[in-house]
Amino acid sequence: MKKKTGLGYQIYLCFDYIYSALVTLWGVFSHTFTKADTVQYPDEQPHLHPRFRGRIVLTKDPSGEERCVACNLCASACPTDCISLQKTEDESGRWLAEYFRINFSRCVYCGLCEEACPTYAIQLTPDFEMAEYERQNMVYEKEHLLIDGPGKQPGYSFYEFSGKAVSGRQKGEGINEAQPVDVKSLLP
Amino acid sequence: MTPVMANILNVVCILVFVVFGAAMLTWVERRILGIWQDRLGPNRVGPGGTLQIVADMIKLLMKEDWVPAFSDKFVFVIAPTIAMFVVVAAFAVIPIAPGIGVVDLNVGLLFFLAMTSLGVYAVMFGAYASDNKYALIGGIRAAAQMVSYEVFMGLSLMGVVMLAGTFDLRQVVLSQQDGWYIFPQFIGAFIFLIAGIAESHRTPFDLPEAEHELTAGFHTEYSGMKFAMFFIGEYVSVLMTSAMITVLFLGGWLGPDFAPPLFWFLLKTIILVFFMILVRGSLPRPRYDQLMSFGWKCMLPLSLVNLVVTGALVLL
Repeated sequence: MKKKTGLGYQIYLCFDYIYSALVTLWGVFSHTFTKADTVQYPDEQPHLHPRFRGRIVLTKDPSGEERCVACNLCASACPTDCISLQKTEDESGRWLAEYFRINFSRCVYCGLCEEACPTYAIQLTPDFEMAEYERQNMVYEKEHLLIDGPGKQPGYSFYEFSGKAVSGRQKGEGINEAQPVDVKSLLP
Repeated sequence: MTPVMANILNVVCILVFVVFGAAMLTWVERRILGIWQDRLGPNRVGPGGTLQIVADMIKLLMKEDWVPAFSDKFVFVIAPTIAMFVVVAAFAVIPIAPGIGVVDLNVGLLFFLAMTSLGVYAVMFGAYASDNKYALIGGIRAAAQMVSYEVFMGLSLMGVVMLAGTFDLRQVVLSQQDGWYIFPQFIGAFIFLIAGIAESHRTPFDLPEAEHELTAGFHTEYSGMKFAMFFIGEYVSVLMTSAMITVLFLGGWLGPDFAPPLFWFLLKTIILVFFMILVRGSLPRPRYDQLMSFGWKCMLPLSLVNLVVTGALVLL
């Protein structure tokens, strides 16, 4: 394309610059009447949605038992390796975490542990006010992480649904559970 | 009170008011820009953030006033002095209200143009003395910018001089009793506004400092009070440009009788200051070849046409 030149084009360009500048000026000026987006944080609390990913907790099932079965899936899902735990068993053979440690100075609050957890034990909460003066205080042990309630999954208890036999209840006796199918039988 | 005492009072009051006003302007600008960018701006220090300037002053005074070992020390120190001196000196000729104003020179307008032209020395000295690549690029840009706006800045005012028939700014104001010059000299006012923004080195004509490209341009190496003097100079120059437009085009202190003349002068000046902040908040910075072609190909012909048409009309 031939480059446009000539006096007429120059004059057109002048007015084009000026017109676009005036449009921009008006656009910015119209913001005089809009509200500021700023949340003045310490004075004014921001609204955190229920699914906001903040401080990690370990929840308990409705009967007050720990949900965590120390399966290590959260620790292997964790991209920053900030979860550390050791499995142990109680008398009935149920798996428990001997210790459960989250280093919040490394945690990136990605929520992958929550997604990996098969028992809804580990959950992220809408709380971010965890600042500490000592870095060591950012390491939370199991007693710091455990809360008394069921968190975001009220009424859910892994062993009621899982189809796993535990002492006192055999397979197929749980809620909404069918009797196990004998895959080796040809009978209907 | 003797006339000498009155004059001294006038000078001291105007000087204090101008420097204090320029300092407050940093806070005003940040708040106003905040409003236009849907945020709040500094509002924590004192009522509504008004004491922000005190906090900034304490910070700047506490800072080490460092002169780089590799710099040309004398020039380095004198550059911010020039920056502040020329704009404050130019304020001397501005007639604020009847009886308020430092001096009424019969070449007031020329004095103003001369002083503002000297302002570029501050930038170039600072840039040269810093011995810093970014500063030098800033200084070169300042020179390039200066040769492109200074010409049409002077020419845009000649229309007013023709209509008023004088260079004395107080006479210019008085001759606007039957109509502000913004109406016959609309193009002149528009061009002078652009030149004034360029003169005070503010966005969109802040090429010499251009934070995003040149760290801080010509004042990269400055800190503490020397840096503050460059800034006060810039803000005084904003006030001065607004005051000049008020005097030359908006009838200075003239206004309805129910309020004192000083009120009208301040009102017009403050509205123009707000407009300059709005321009800063809206328009992007051009490349400096674009700025020069805008100056020489667009603004200069426009001001010449304005001059010729005004001259023809005055002769008729």
